Amino acid sequence: MIIKNVPQTLLEKIWNQHCIMERDDGQVLLFIDKHMVQDGSAPAFEMLRRRGIAPRAPHRTFSTPDHYVPTDSRDMASITDPEKRAMADALVNDSARAGITCFGIDDPRQGILHVTGPEQGLTWPGTVLVCGDSHTSTHGALGALAFGIGATEVSQVLAAQALWQRKPKTMRITVDGALGAGVTAKDIILAVIAKISAAGANGHVIEYAGSAIRALSMEGRLTVCNMSIEAGARAGMVAPDDVTFEYLAGRPYAPKGAEWDKALARWRELPTDAGAEFDREVFLDARDIAPMVTWGNSPENAVPITGRVPDPAQASGAEQRAAMERTLDYMGLVPGMPMTEVTIDQVFIGSCTNGRIEDLRAAAAIVEGRKIAETVDAWVVPGSGLVKAQAEAEGLDRIFQAAGFQWRYAGCSMCLGTNGDQVPAGKRCASTTNRNFVGRQGPGSRTHLLSPVMAAAAAVTGRLTDVRQILDGAR
Amino acid sequence: MKPFELLDAVALPIEQANVDTDQVLPARYLQKPRANDFGQFLFRDLRFLKDGSEEPSFILNREPYRASRVVVAARNFGCGSSREHAVWALYDYGVRAVIAPSFGDIFFANSLKNGLLPIVLPEDVVADLLKVLVAAPGSRIGVDLAQQVVTAPDGTRHAFHIDPFPKHCLLEGLDELDYTLSQMDRIIRFERLYDVVMPAMP
Ligand code: SF4
Repeated sequence: MIIKNVPQTLLEKIWNQHCIMERDDGQVLLFIDKHMVQDGSAPAFEMLRRRGIAPRAPHRTFSTPDHYVPTDSRDMASITDPEKRAMADALVNDSARAGITCFGIDDPRQGILHVTGPEQGLTWPGTVLVCGDSHTSTHGALGALAFGIGATEVSQVLAAQALWQRKPKTMRITVDGALGAGVTAKDIILAVIAKISAAGANGHVIEYAGSAIRALSMEGRLTVCNMSIEAGARAGMVAPDDVTFEYLAGRPYAPKGAEWDKALARWRELPTDAGAEFDREVFLDARDIAPMVTWGNSPENAVPITGRVPDPAQASGAEQRAAMERTLDYMGLVPGMPMTEVTIDQVFIGSCTNGRIEDLRAAAAIVEGRKIAETVDAWVVPGSGLVKAQAEAEGLDRIFQAAGFQWRYAGCSMCLGTNGDQVPAGKRCASTTNRNFVGRQGPGSRTHLLSPVMAAAAAVTGRLTDVRQILDGAR
Repeated sequence: MKPFELLDAVALPIEQANVDTDQVLPARYLQKPRANDFGQFLFRDLRFLKDGSEEPSFILNREPYRASRVVVAARNFGCGSSREHAVWALYDYGVRAVIAPSFGDIFFANSLKNGLLPIVLPEDVVADLLKVLVAAPGSRIGVDLAQQVVTAPDGTRHAFHIDPFPKHCLLEGLDELDYTLSQMDRIIRFERLYDVVMPAMP
């Protein structure tokens, strides 16, 4: 007879398998399987150097430059700011000194860490993965516990390959039903954040479940998990299944041969047991989700494209009204205005949210045979060198360029603008990224978050557009 | 890290929810080495105009708020990016404690590791504190970490929770890493067993 243990969630299984010891106050020393390091990590290496400590497990650590690399060329000498150049150089030097594998700027595998990691097969189900970047939550799409940490914690992981953590609370977000045409993973996560708020999952790890999540490709799941942090979550995850295993099989750093079989046997045990309890449950019906777009400076300010700019007069309190008025003033929007009347100056397709091959294919399908509006400057920045190469092999670069898009090299680029790729002050950008904060894409920039197909539609018409109309027209 | 001392200081009210770390410390200062005074970059784009002069309407540019050592903020303070620089900016400016109903998780963890005390108090308590601080600029708030008590301007005392270990590190000015490294034998033993049961990387 099999004696059934207490049903466990995916998070609990991973947590228990990585617990080295527990402190009196209940915090756990968690073993870290993999550590990703990008070109903002110089301060962490400096902290270690000052203490005379060398990174302990370079074989578990991988790096690639993404935040400071130019995207108009691959010439590091074009980084003219000496401090930015120093950051980019430091990653190469710190990695080399420590024996850490670095996908450098001349390596086709270079890219945004959260694109490169899964793409190289570095992200495994059931593992704990950290990185000094909040969007590390992306990797949870493969059934890993993956979360962002600060510079001091990066130095601690480099030194010890372990981290003190309090066990997070659990939240399950179930999305059932089929998505309509033109509705994507990006719309699911924007709808989730609009529903639970930007602080809705503070202190929680989200597990995404339900038939709509199961039906997503690995790319779509990566998009959903990526923006978990925008709902305040520590991490987001999807239980591994055949989609996960098919995605991983044969990737360079995935297990091989007998090790693959051993891995599969373990990974199939990971999904949350029937009857396991979550601290919070949230439900969405996929059929209710329309293509989404944000109007404000928090990702929770998301509305269906058929909606309108909200009216501060309807805000619940004085402070809320004042905040909304400030936001509309910054965004240059008028209360009650239909979202589809908002004209745009810039389109950005890329980032760790939507810079993968499937995103580029979907956007190219909208753009093909069309021209971007004359008033619009539109960019595609692939998430990695390999995404770029794949897209070029499929001819997507020619489709984008024929329509008037710039086709650039891989990096974070206009998502954050630290490499100088910025949206000019007062200009409005339809962006497939994850944050619409004040000044996020450059001082004074105005960001509207949306999906790749919605960004493509906006590029063509010069205003925020319901992509379903373009799809209907083509039918 | 310097030991955390008893605080009794002017408090800065931030009524807006979801203040993200991009606002606390804009991304264009991320490449600055830690040796810089990050206090000058705190709330940079809210605090200063394009020509570098002060934005007169920003609260931190008004007396007596300039001398703030405590921040009281609405929910989800420090959400967004993991940049530890946001904590450095507050700390270098002189802020030693931030009180809010909730925080961005990474900001919360970063604060504890840099001598900045993040304090969670109930939403209604924070709302009342904000009202008082706006109505009576220059009001002082007391923070006693050892006793885990916040003292409001009217003398009301509010207990708060903090895990004992980070409390100990803050009070003594200790670095958590020393303790972690003292456990290295256990970590190595764990890893050996772990590597046996886990599939190997190619
Ligand atoms: S693409 Fe944007 S969100 Fe993603 S890692 Fe780069 S800067 Fe961060």
